[in-house]
Amino acid sequence: MRTQPDDDDERTSDVVRRLLTPRLRRVDLAVAGLLAVLGFAAVVQVRATQEDGPLATARQEDLVQILDELTNRNDRLRAEIGSLEQARREITSGTDSSAAALAEAQRRARLLGVLAGTVAARGPGLRLTITDADGRIGPDVLLNALEELRAAGAEAVQLEGSVAAGEQPASSVRVVASTSFLEGEQGGVVVDGQLLRPPYRFLVVGDAPTLATALTIPGGVVDDVAQRGGRAVIERSEDVLVGALRPLGEPRYARPAG
Amino acid sequence: MIPALALVLGVTLGLVLEPTVPAALQPYLPIAVVAALDAVFGAVRAQLEGIFDDRVFVVSFVSNVLVAALVVFLGDQLGVGGQLSTGVVVVLGIRIFSNAAAIRRRVFHA
Repeated sequence: MRTQPDDDDERTSDVVRRLLTPRLRRVDLAVAGLLAVLGFAAVVQVRATQEDGPLATARQEDLVQILDELTNRNDRLRAEIGSLEQARREITSGTDSSAAALAEAQRRARLLGVLAGTVAARGPGLRLTITDADGRIGPDVLLNALEELRAAGAEAVQLEGSVAAGEQPASSVRVVASTSFLEGEQGGVVVDGQLLRPPYRFLVVGDAPTLATALTIPGGVVDDVAQRGGRAVIERSEDVLVGALRPLGEPRYARPAG
Repeated sequence: MIPALALVLGVTLGLVLEPTVPAALQPYLPIAVVAALDAVFGAVRAQLEGIFDDRVFVVSFVSNVLVAALVVFLGDQLGVGGQLSTGVVVVLGIRIFSNAAAIRRRVFHA
């Protein structure tokens, strides 16, 4: 089988033929075993490299260098975290203070709303009902009563009157600083442009004993109404609801100064 | 033929079994694989030139692997393991290239 070829081509084909012919000697088995080990080891190594990434096969000094770089980067990132947290704290505290300012502003708005009549108010106080039998209770009496109530510390006041004389009070006006009292053309009182007819009724939030005392002093509102043929009835209550509201109008001339 | 089948069998076993490399062998396995590749390329070249000898191949394969691992081991002990393994890979790579060139000339006549 083994012939001595004359040139390279014949020798190459001879080699190929020998390669393709199965031979089984001990040395062949050793060669085969070594190549199997090589394939196995190569695949294992490739898999290990892919699975573990570059770190598993890296040498000690490389690992030290990588660790150094990571430590430096860690420090830089920590510093960045610190500055960002600082910024966050500043922003948060700024938000807190503006939230507190907003809450305070809303509280003041509610309190001012009671004064301006844009917010309903309730609390202890009294109801003062004034009947007018002879038609002699004019705006001066009501204004007088209001002044007495204010002097006695009334905090929120609502004035009610009936639409037609003699009926229960049905229309109501919130009494504020700019409230005006005019005489109605055919009886009754025009309060802030709204015609009210007797009986009139004040709903007042304030200290009830003080208010009642102010109304019943000799020569006071109650006496005055009685002299004019009417009747003033004071009814104390633990819970008076001043529910009439006024629209919040923009002042036409006045501007906040300062 | 049988060696090629054995190579395929080894690759298949590695793919199927998915073994992990022991930690002690990790620095040496890649170098050993490169050294074995060098021996295989040398064997193919010898085969094509008609001077292949089984015993020479077995001995050169084993000694290549052992020497490469020994060099790397010594380098690690001396603190120049990285540089030495790079050197081993370069030398073996050059030999693989020259063997591959000889094989190419023999097969393609170019």
